[in-house]
Amino acid sequence: MNPFETVREEVDVTPVVADEVKCTTCYMCACRCGIRVHMKNGKIRYIDGNPDHPVNKGVLCAKGSAGLMNHYSQARLSKPLKRVGERGAGDFEEIEWDEALALASEWLGTVRNTDPKKLAFFTGRDQSQSLTGWWAAQFGTPNFAAHGGFCSVNMAAGGLYTLGGAFWEFGEPDWDRAEYFLMFGVAEDHDSNPIKAGLGRLKTRGAKFVSVNPVRTGYSAIADDWVPVRPGTDGLFIFALIHELLKADKIDWDYLVRYTNAHWLVIDAPGTANHGLFARDADGEPLTWDRNDGAVPAKAGTSPMLTGRFTLEDGTVVVPSFELLARRYLSTDYAPEAVEKTTGVSAAQIKRIAAELAEAAFEKEITLDVEWEDWTGKKHDKITGRPVAMHAMRGISAHSNGFHTCRAIHILQVLLGSVDCPGGWRFKAPFPKPIPPGPKPAQPPFTPGEALKGMPIGNPTGPEDLLVDDNGQPLRIDKAYSWEHPIAAHGLMHMVMHNAWAGDPYPVDVLFMYMANMGWNSAMNPGQAMKYLTDKNADGSYKIPKFIYSDAYWSETIAYADLILPDTTYLERWDCISLLDRPISSAHGGADAIRQPVVEPDRDVRPFQTVLLELGARLGLPGMTNEDGSNKFPGGYADYIVNHERGAALGPLAGWRGEDGDQHGRGAPNPNQLQKYIENGGFWQEHLPMEAQFLKHANANYLAHAHRMGWIPSAEPIVFQLYSEHLQKFRLAAEGHGDRQPPEQHRKRVHDMFDPLPIWYTPFEEEGADEQGYPLHALTQRPMHMYHSWGSQNTWLRQITAQNRLFMHRAKAAELGIEDDQWIWIDSPHGRVKGQVKTMDGVNRDTVWTWNAIGKRKGAWGLSEDAPESNKGFLLNHVITELLPPKSDGHRYSNSDPITGQAAWFDLRVRITPCAADEIEATEPQFPPLNHPNMAPRPGRHGDDVKPTESRGQATPQKDWIANKDLRS
Amino acid sequence: MTSLPQTTQKKLGLVIDLDICVGCQACTVNCKEWNEGGHSGPLTDLMATGPDPSGVWFNRVHTFETEERTVHFPKSCLHCDDAPCVTVCPTGASYKREEDGIVLVNADTCIGCKLCSWACPYGAREYDEDQGVMKKCTLCVDRIYNPNLQEDQRVPACVSTCPAGARHFGDLGDPDSDLSRLVAERGGYDLMPEQGTKPVNKYLPPRPKTVSEAEKALKAVGMADDGVGDAGFFARLVDRVLTK
Repeated sequence: MNPFETVREEVDVTPVVADEVKCTTCYMCACRCGIRVHMKNGKIRYIDGNPDHPVNKGVLCAKGSAGLMNHYSQARLSKPLKRVGERGAGDFEEIEWDEALALASEWLGTVRNTDPKKLAFFTGRDQSQSLTGWWAAQFGTPNFAAHGGFCSVNMAAGGLYTLGGAFWEFGEPDWDRAEYFLMFGVAEDHDSNPIKAGLGRLKTRGAKFVSVNPVRTGYSAIADDWVPVRPGTDGLFIFALIHELLKADKIDWDYLVRYTNAHWLVIDAPGTANHGLFARDADGEPLTWDRNDGAVPAKAGTSPMLTGRFTLEDGTVVVPSFELLARRYLSTDYAPEAVEKTTGVSAAQIKRIAAELAEAAFEKEITLDVEWEDWTGKKHDKITGRPVAMHAMRGISAHSNGFHTCRAIHILQVLLGSVDCPGGWRFKAPFPKPIPPGPKPAQPPFTPGEALKGMPIGNPTGPEDLLVDDNGQPLRIDKAYSWEHPIAAHGLMHMVMHNAWAGDPYPVDVLFMYMANMGWNSAMNPGQAMKYLTDKNADGSYKIPKFIYSDAYWSETIAYADLILPDTTYLERWDCISLLDRPISSAHGGADAIRQPVVEPDRDVRPFQTVLLELGARLGLPGMTNEDGSNKFPGGYADYIVNHERGAALGPLAGWRGEDGDQHGRGAPNPNQLQKYIENGGFWQEHLPMEAQFLKHANANYLAHAHRMGWIPSAEPIVFQLYSEHLQKFRLAAEGHGDRQPPEQHRKRVHDMFDPLPIWYTPFEEEGADEQGYPLHALTQRPMHMYHSWGSQNTWLRQITAQNRLFMHRAKAAELGIEDDQWIWIDSPHGRVKGQVKTMDGVNRDTVWTWNAIGKRKGAWGLSEDAPESNKGFLLNHVITELLPPKSDGHRYSNSDPITGQAAWFDLRVRITPCAADEIEATEPQFPPLNHPNMAPRPGRHGDDVKPTESRGQATPQKDWIANKDLRS
Repeated sequence: MTSLPQTTQKKLGLVIDLDICVGCQACTVNCKEWNEGGHSGPLTDLMATGPDPSGVWFNRVHTFETEERTVHFPKSCLHCDDAPCVTVCPTGASYKREEDGIVLVNADTCIGCKLCSWACPYGAREYDEDQGVMKKCTLCVDRIYNPNLQEDQRVPACVSTCPAGARHFGDLGDPDSDLSRLVAERGGYDLMPEQGTKPVNKYLPPRPKTVSEAEKALKAVGMADDGVGDAGFFARLVDRVLTK
């Protein structure tokens, strides 16, 4: 060959890249997108989005694409482990599954037969709470919850107690019709791909996007208007918007009387047991005041009054609830000028946004020529849309005033008439549900050897539903449903280890956790968490006697467990994404999905849910055991998914039920159900007809359908509760009414916090912060490529971010004499952590923030000890506390929302000081390296394992691709 | 030195919409994932679990702030018409395809001299230290014509995966194509045109802010003169006849 001649490369443009493609559901975050897994030579060649799937419609985020690196992670556990050294040292011996299961059964069986509440069973970010909650109920312990208590229960409860739905999983913006989209506190998170896709479509159409967020990254970076609100003050901002809309008469009045309790009459009798409750007729039906007929049942009146003061026949004085609402928010306290200083948002910007909301809602009204029937039987020939949509998440949720703020956002949407209308925020099946949805948390007794008389988690509607003893003291280990957190609908996972350690309200015998890194980034104050898990009694026994933990990876928590039950990766397992649990539906109809094993485990690991069912059978739990004592689900979780029934002909999966697989929603178990899901790409989806898609809370067609599907107990309409009688019932108890009243020490707090209309108050932890010298708010968010994903051990994702810095406003940094890359101390009243600074402009001046959960402990996750994650990356959790300072009586409340128990991560206040010149440039605090065999860094060449087969066939013509082409007509 | 084709039959490239890119890294990771086993794979990861995790990526997202906004800027090879990375190549390994304009590296003849990475003004070349060869974006040449893939996959991986729909792909040599028209409508621009490389890829700039800084506020209706009293509000509400 002539060495100077260019050798033209023959490129194979038609290689065969996969031997097989399997559809399953992603598990790299909480979105649950449909994925196609392309296999080559028995290995995973690549993963992409399933174009038919209702959640992601073919797209896939960074985490999803990096999923195969989690699957092939160096940190995977490979065999059951039994602790042989001291807790925390990480000394284990490998044991066989038989021994592991026998040991777990022995520990759990002893608890169940003596005092079942002494099992605390808490699961993390898993997606099988319908199973795990049921398992806890069959076991007989009330001490069960998942991670919602430290994630987003304020958003769930705030929505469910107001609209019967909630942001994210229970509702979504009408991305294709909204003209104005207002987003609060979404830190590139829930939900991931649908928001990105929605924003893309919204902006492609030219609609306006406004982001209320102290930090301008991610989604907020593409907002048309950025509102750099001061953390924890969103409630005041929303009140000011409501104030402006009320004053200008920009309210959808007819919507209020059709779909809400605005006209229901509230009893005005201060000091009595009925004050603030709704006046009702003999049948319990709320009364309204009709312009022509006076007091009539709410369902009957035709022209109700929203204002006035009336006297019923029995002399009771009543006012429409809207009167109370309007009087509150018309107060000059909530004028834009009055909230400007506290919120950091200028009065001019608040006024502009209020004007734009009104303009979008009332001047850009949408009319769809769709015939539909409301719950009264009245036919309509069109549907009116108010194209304003909203979404909110952790920036609202993670404050101790988040429940009320969340309710305020929903009230704002309702006043504009934009809930579940075209262009508004729309419910996703199986929501809306009754306000709040049933059931309620199971009441005691918690009898040895018996199941609970209900489910451990539920929604209380009054003091009678609390889990407290005769002295008003908590019955649950996390104090959920006690007077401290009466509506703790997701429990308080962040309090479990502390309370179990302190024996407050009682000690536990076994702590059983799944998929929650409670020894590190899921704990407030991880240093304390380590202490709780290792502290001993005088006799040398551990204060938390037994700790069983299941996970797929060698996280920071592993070293603290006594028994490790190694889980599979998400590509090695069956799962169901169930309507009984956390749905993946859309506004267009219900949907659910499965995971199927794409590859067989190459380690001695088992899917946790299958292990849980096996343990249930060994313990003889009802529902998991046949009469002869054998395992009712010998086929493991897949067997349960198909054959378990919850209520009449309802099961974990809604699709292809009935013996012939031709029923959806209700139907007998179908032995071929999973095969049907596989054939359909891993999911089931229904498409509601247009006449059932809107105003579902009052839509006869939809309500009948939802009842038929088993989603709601009856086809009764769902009336939005702007004024919350449920909250007032707790307040009345605090005022001294009823059999069940809060202990004296909680009385004032319950009274003040259980306001039936949204209030705003300074987040608890901030009280006195300025005076104590902690002037800055401190927040965290996850980078989009790691949001809600399990472990940044991922060798691809950590190439994008392996160290977090503390971001602060350029001007604030200059004020403090701090420059980029400088090492600083972050001090809070609870501790200090050292990190490096990065300055920026797009952040509220009084706020600092960092990427969360990048910082790792040395030796965890199979990363080398010199990894940036454990040397330069830091965890802000070290300066957060799970307990607020003692009150005058010495009592310490949880650092949580007083209504829901939501962990108040974002209430944190700090001060920043530069490190001294002689301080080591490495993060602190440091903990002893975990005893994990470090993985020697080595080149990774996954591609070598999945080389394509040459084909050199006929090429297809290239085609152009324009995203969102349907919007560009 | 390696010569460029006089003309190419097509000018295939990417159009990236900076108005809706949220910087999520979906494109960079899906690119890496596809190309691991693709024409120029593997995309070696050097210190996968170690102190300096780094490896080969064909596409990277840069984030920076301007006075009034945060911009996420994905960057990969721009498949330039006058690609200096090609003309500088001493072995002919770096070349531009006559049929579609895609710039590729022939790993068999690349000697890893890195001249091309010095010549590229965009920093779009990726040296694989482990294998000693230069690698770069292939515009998924092994996807876009591939009948062994489903139709939805016959676009570059970064395009099909983009959740926000911020990436478009096609022939920018046809001025009448929908893609070219989109570029024209949105004022699509060349990255660093002063370098004279004639990049094929285009960027769509962020749209002007729709926020008017002018005062805009709702007018209070029938309130007391000071605009804050609420007597007027309730007086009106008494008279408002509502229908259910």
